[in-house]
Amino acid sequence: MTMPPFARRRFLQGSAALAGATALGALPSMAAGEMTVGFIYVGPKDDFGYNQAHAEGAAAVKAMAGVTVVEEENVAETIDVQNTMESMINFDGATLLFPTSFGYFDPHVLAVAPKYPDVRFEHAAGLWTEGMPTNVGSYFGYIGLGQYLNGIVAGHMTQTKRLGFVAAKPIPQVLQNINSFLLGARQVDPAITCQVIFTGEWSLAVKEAEATNALADAGCDVITCHVDGPKVVIETAAGRDCFVCGYHANQAPLAPEKYLTGAEWNWPGVYTRMVQTMLDGGTISNFDRGGLAEGYIKMSPLGPAVTDAARNQFDATQAEMMKGGFAAYQGPLMDNNGNQILAEGEVFLETDIALESMDYLVEGVIGSTS
Amino acid sequence: MAIADQTMPPRGLLSPDGWLAAIARRSEALVIPLGALLVGLAAFGVFLLSQGKSPVDFYALVYKAGFGTAFSWQNTLSRTAPLLLAALCVALPARLGLVVIGGEGAIVLGGVAAGALAGSLSGLPGALAIPLMALAGAAIGAVWIGTVGALRHYRGVNETIASLLMAYIAIALMNHLVEGPFRDPASLNKPSTAPLAEHMRIGDIPGWNVHWGLVVGIVACILCWILIERTTWGFAARIAGGNVRAAQVQGLPVGRLIVGFTALGGAFAGLAGVFEVAAVHGTANASLAVGYGYTGILIAFLARHNPLAIIPVAVLLAGFEASSGLVQRRMDLPDATILVLQGFVFVAILVSDTLYGRFRMFAPERWGRG
Repeated sequence: MTMPPFARRRFLQGSAALAGATALGALPSMAAGEMTVGFIYVGPKDDFGYNQAHAEGAAAVKAMAGVTVVEEENVAETIDVQNTMESMINFDGATLLFPTSFGYFDPHVLAVAPKYPDVRFEHAAGLWTEGMPTNVGSYFGYIGLGQYLNGIVAGHMTQTKRLGFVAAKPIPQVLQNINSFLLGARQVDPAITCQVIFTGEWSLAVKEAEATNALADAGCDVITCHVDGPKVVIETAAGRDCFVCGYHANQAPLAPEKYLTGAEWNWPGVYTRMVQTMLDGGTISNFDRGGLAEGYIKMSPLGPAVTDAARNQFDATQAEMMKGGFAAYQGPLMDNNGNQILAEGEVFLETDIALESMDYLVEGVIGSTS
Repeated sequence: MAIADQTMPPRGLLSPDGWLAAIARRSEALVIPLGALLVGLAAFGVFLLSQGKSPVDFYALVYKAGFGTAFSWQNTLSRTAPLLLAALCVALPARLGLVVIGGEGAIVLGGVAAGALAGSLSGLPGALAIPLMALAGAAIGAVWIGTVGALRHYRGVNETIASLLMAYIAIALMNHLVEGPFRDPASLNKPSTAPLAEHMRIGDIPGWNVHWGLVVGIVACILCWILIERTTWGFAARIAGGNVRAAQVQGLPVGRLIVGFTALGGAFAGLAGVFEVAAVHGTANASLAVGYGYTGILIAFLARHNPLAIIPVAVLLAGFEASSGLVQRRMDLPDATILVLQGFVFVAILVSDTLYGRFRMFAPERWGRG
């Protein structure tokens, strides 16, 4: 294709202008710190949910001396995240990366990490196993315990004995939260049931609102959820005069009167600890898990509506969990299709790896995994 | 439409007068879109100024992150591959006057077909299995978008609405298939098909960090240009796109042209899905539906449905997207900034469509013809 004279002139002018701008050398650049840490989010970092919880961790790291933080939001689980990780390494000099979405791990983190052996990749929820790159680590928290505590408060506050749960997808992590929520409530009253509606997507506001309204219509009077951004569920449920329990981050500002408590990630604690370890020249474990006692999760402060009876049992159970080795799943336990999960005397401890491949809903949950 | 200037035979190319006239005529199609691009970029610069941000910094960062270094080119080109094929799914039907905007559906189904078939094909050597897998993905895409064309021609169903709604159906179908019948039981928290065997993966172009989809996309664009501009089928399609009645009176097989061109476009989109699975993800899952099909619409319109023009336009838009992260990190602008920029450019190019034939300097008569 020959370039007509007129277009060539334009092209030359454009190139000259660009070259001039670059030659000014006045590009905004990074403030120099001892270490640059990159955080990557799959959604907006103010979603009142999964991404906000991680962004709060990033904000805590930013406040540390000698650390520069770079962040990028709405990065898809595709070649995009591979490019973003490499861009943070190449342009910003990042030496520690937190790609925070589950789907970033395989294949994306595993593809990029071998190219940059001097960079540390820390991934939330991934399952690092022997044979994977050693500059990759995975960490996660036993947040099901938080939903169990949510359930205890919900069990005290429900009048109809029906709880509601808006869930994204029937995957192990979500099923564990649903089951834990009900099991907590059944510590208060074994007659309580929990109805679950799956929306099929991690972030789909319209369906989340429909599901919440359907649960309220069905007589559920305490509602919680596991979706990326709980904002819609919390606001819709409170608007229907239901109590709400939070998830991921603190959603109390969205419904101050109706918010009971919430299962939150404590990423500020986890991330500052990891960054400090790196600054001190130490090494972070390739596989790290923790619960309340290890500071991986925390509970939102109890709301104004919570009764004394609920508060007492909540405090007592939380104290029990702080000792470590808590078992929310105790036999005899059946799933809601009548199959036995645990026999009399058997338990799943919070650390039990069997919990990470859960594929059932326990007896008392109204809903189906398929 | 762009047909008038391209159906004119290049008469008198050898005489000096005719040569100038030909350049004048052709440069119109190059200068007007380039001018519109510059106007769009300038208008966005004014918008940035109104937000208190420096347009010079902004464009310097876009240049640096999209095109300024070897890594930037890798970043840009690795995003280009699916966009080329997705844009063809819009551009080919557009030559027949059809506005097909549901290429996303063909992409996800092409990817699912690849992921589902990879297992049963893995007994064959890669040189045989990969083309078969690609053929299957292209075939399902062809059927999906070809159906849109058939519905349009034989049942009078609006192809724009039909293709968009069918994209939603395709995504729902993908979710059902990867979470149900085709799910690898080992994919716990991100339901996916079984990972492709190593010899089924499509690798990178030697010496580059960019997979072969880029080469296939560029070749596809060139072949489509030859099809449209240099074959009787393409000529017939352009006639039918200009005036269906006239084409029918001439005895052209309008129905077969419509189904054929929509199916061909769908085949390319399906192929984009195959590359996502075989070259990027290594498995088929919900990450197939990330909007490549919709970016393809933008590219096809910016390229005025000229397959050759799709190549530079796709590289340009991929470069914009590659720079999104650095712009976020350095200038503290939201990630939607690049979307706004694309919007400015899109509107400028659409408006420029009304300028054809208005500038005397492009009139061949002025340069000695006629």
